[in-house]
Amino acid sequence: MTRKQRRLSLIGASGFVLAVALALVLSAMRDSIVFFRSPSEIAEQHPAAGTRLRIGGLVKSGSVTRGENLNISFVVTDGKNDVPVHYQGIVPDLFREGQGVVAEGKLTAEGTLLADTVLAKHDERYMPREVVDALKKAGRWQEGEATPGGTQR
Amino acid sequence: MIPELGHYALVLALALGLVQSVAPVIGARRRDGTLMRLANSTALMQFVFVALSFAALAACYVTSDFSVLTVYENSHSQMPLIYKFTSVWGNHEGSMLLWVLILALFGALVAAFGNNLPATLKALVLAVQSWIASAFYLFILLTSNPFLRLAPAPFEGRDLNPILQDPGLAIHPPLLYLGYVGFSIAFSFAIAALIEGRIDAAWARWVRPWTLTAWMFLTLGIAMGSYWAYYTLGWGGFWFWDPVENASLMPWLAGTALLHSAVVMEKRNALKIWTILLAILTFSLSLIGTFLVRSGVLTSVHSFANDPRRGIFILAILVLFIGGGLMLFAARASVLKQGGLFAPVSREGALVLNNLFLTTACLTVLTGTLYPLALEALTGAKITVGGPFFNLTFGPLMMALMFAIPFGPLLAWKRGDLLGAAQRLMAAFGVGLAAVAAVFALEGGNSVLAPFGVGLAFYVMAGALVDLVERTGLFRLPLATVRTRAAGLPRSAWGSAIAHFGIALSMLGIISAATWGAERIVEVKPSQTVSLSGYDLTFEGLRQSRGPNYSALVGTFTVRKGNSIIGVMQPSKRSFATRSMTTNEAALMIRGAGQLYLSLGDSNDDGSTAIRLYYKPMVMLIWLGAVVMMLGGALSLSDRRLRVGAPKPAAKSALAPAE
Repeated sequence: MTRKQRRLSLIGASGFVLAVALALVLSAMRDSIVFFRSPSEIAEQHPAAGTRLRIGGLVKSGSVTRGENLNISFVVTDGKNDVPVHYQGIVPDLFREGQGVVAEGKLTAEGTLLADTVLAKHDERYMPREVVDALKKAGRWQEGEATPGGTQR
Repeated sequence: MIPELGHYALVLALALGLVQSVAPVIGARRRDGTLMRLANSTALMQFVFVALSFAALAACYVTSDFSVLTVYENSHSQMPLIYKFTSVWGNHEGSMLLWVLILALFGALVAAFGNNLPATLKALVLAVQSWIASAFYLFILLTSNPFLRLAPAPFEGRDLNPILQDPGLAIHPPLLYLGYVGFSIAFSFAIAALIEGRIDAAWARWVRPWTLTAWMFLTLGIAMGSYWAYYTLGWGGFWFWDPVENASLMPWLAGTALLHSAVVMEKRNALKIWTILLAILTFSLSLIGTFLVRSGVLTSVHSFANDPRRGIFILAILVLFIGGGLMLFAARASVLKQGGLFAPVSREGALVLNNLFLTTACLTVLTGTLYPLALEALTGAKITVGGPFFNLTFGPLMMALMFAIPFGPLLAWKRGDLLGAAQRLMAAFGVGLAAVAAVFALEGGNSVLAPFGVGLAFYVMAGALVDLVERTGLFRLPLATVRTRAAGLPRSAWGSAIAHFGIALSMLGIISAATWGAERIVEVKPSQTVSLSGYDLTFEGLRQSRGPNYSALVGTFTVRKGNSIIGVMQPSKRSFATRSMTTNEAALMIRGAGQLYLSLGDSNDDGSTAIRLYYKPMVMLIWLGAVVMMLGGALSLSDRRLRVGAPKPAAKSALAPAE
């Protein structure tokens, strides 16, 4: 092979692998990305049932009901609008009424989120950043209330 | 007094760093040996002063000097001594000090052991190293001073984040930083070569041991972080595709590519420009990782309290070094002489393929990590890119790479014989196919991908053995000849075979734990028995216990297999009053290469408690594989060729300027 052919074969192979990777990335982007919505956004936009979503807000006081087999229901609120959430499993240690929470799952036709993941903050002083932003949008956030921080499963 | 001394030592280190940033460059220009040699002393002294500064901070932590702000915020007088010490880097300021400590250490190592480097190259490498160090000294002194005082001094500290009160904190960050920061040496060598406009095979021989060292630590650091997350987060996951984890995976991928391309450069004097670019990119990814974790762009356990000024400062450092490095590369790369030629089917070709897959895989991880940040900055939309995305993109690329791995070592340099290699790999194909068939038969076709994944892993392991068998002539030659051949085989050949075996082990563990893991999340009452995967766990009850700075709720479970008791598992929940936080201490029981994993959930007043119980078959292989990879790297590092003080080629020593 000449130098030119060798170079072409190298460029061809690189181009091929990159194209495959690009195709993989684009298809994965379509199927596996989850959007974050605040309760108010859900109230405004009415996402279709079966959509995978991540929602955040505060666990509404007095809304937590625990059933058999670790079933738990609660309401996530940003102060303006509410979203009922249902989950089966163990909620994080810092899951409490009146505290920030992030839940991920599918929306039912009735507008309940069937969550498969529930995240709470990982430190008493912190609040999930998404929750802070959602509360700010709803105008229910006082500066200095807590610092944005991370989440814990 | 001690904090002020520590602060002052850091300022002195900065002063030395500034001198070292300039003097050796001038020395290299004027061929002035005195100026160039100055860098040796300053590099060593920089390390001494940063070490003093670090020791001062450590002293503040160990003696619980709460008049120092970071100690007050991250320590507590009742913490065990080990955590008092590790909390030095359990916060932003201290962890940056650890970062520069390791940076200075690497600089000092080059100064001390780089005696066979050409004087100008060594001077320039140390200068570039010092540019990086000075930038980070400035960062610490201006935005993250760990020695700030509080007046009046509080009586008690606010405690270390309980999640970090774990032996993992003693191991994971230092290892990870040794890896991250170790790549700075490759970067400095690349920049120095670009400035000099000269690069040859010897350059790769100097760069490779440093890269290999960094790579080994990074491998172990990532594995340790994964294990820590696994046992501490309470739900048995070992990799979360969290941006912070990706931040450490990306330099690893690029660094692995660099290791392989440096081999081509060293052996065949080819791929020079690409190797230089990879060296720049690898450290750039380390810097991006530091930025992502330390700037507060991301939210995770790793991001401590944030200050926007810091983010901008690190971003500036990032732009300066990555942008500067790439611009220098663009301007000077054409000056470097083109390397040798090779056929696409050859050892070089295989290594190029390896680089292609690794860098592309790295690119997909980068895309998945940065896309949500970019989208939020541009449109305000918040998205999560999690496991599914990476499984669909990174996964297939890695599978393709795994398939190619055994071919590489069996192809000859310059012009390889693909068919011949495939024939010699017949045994490995056989092992792989047998594994696929066996898994299918055992499993009854529940999952399609997993048997092929297991087959692939076995094929790569068998391929690594085939490589050794071929090289030593085992089964073909008389045993005595095999022994001499095995003894004569370069350690790097053993090293690469072992490392390839290790990655396959990890892969096997990942597939097995992800596919055949079993879980039960239930509520149990005292003396109730829960069964999972042939194990019966009887809940004996909960009791309170006290630790040095926490109170704990401990559950006791008797584990039976069949009718015999095989042990007791005691998962607990620790409550830390100072931060009103609880942590989950999962109980682990090792069964072969698998593990039983038990963690506590909420408990009720009647003495019942929720539990998470997992059985994870072969899960230990994930981390064992990483240790094997590291051992392969260590063996390769001990190769005579790479050892410090190895005899240098005659031509080079003749050219080295007289000192």
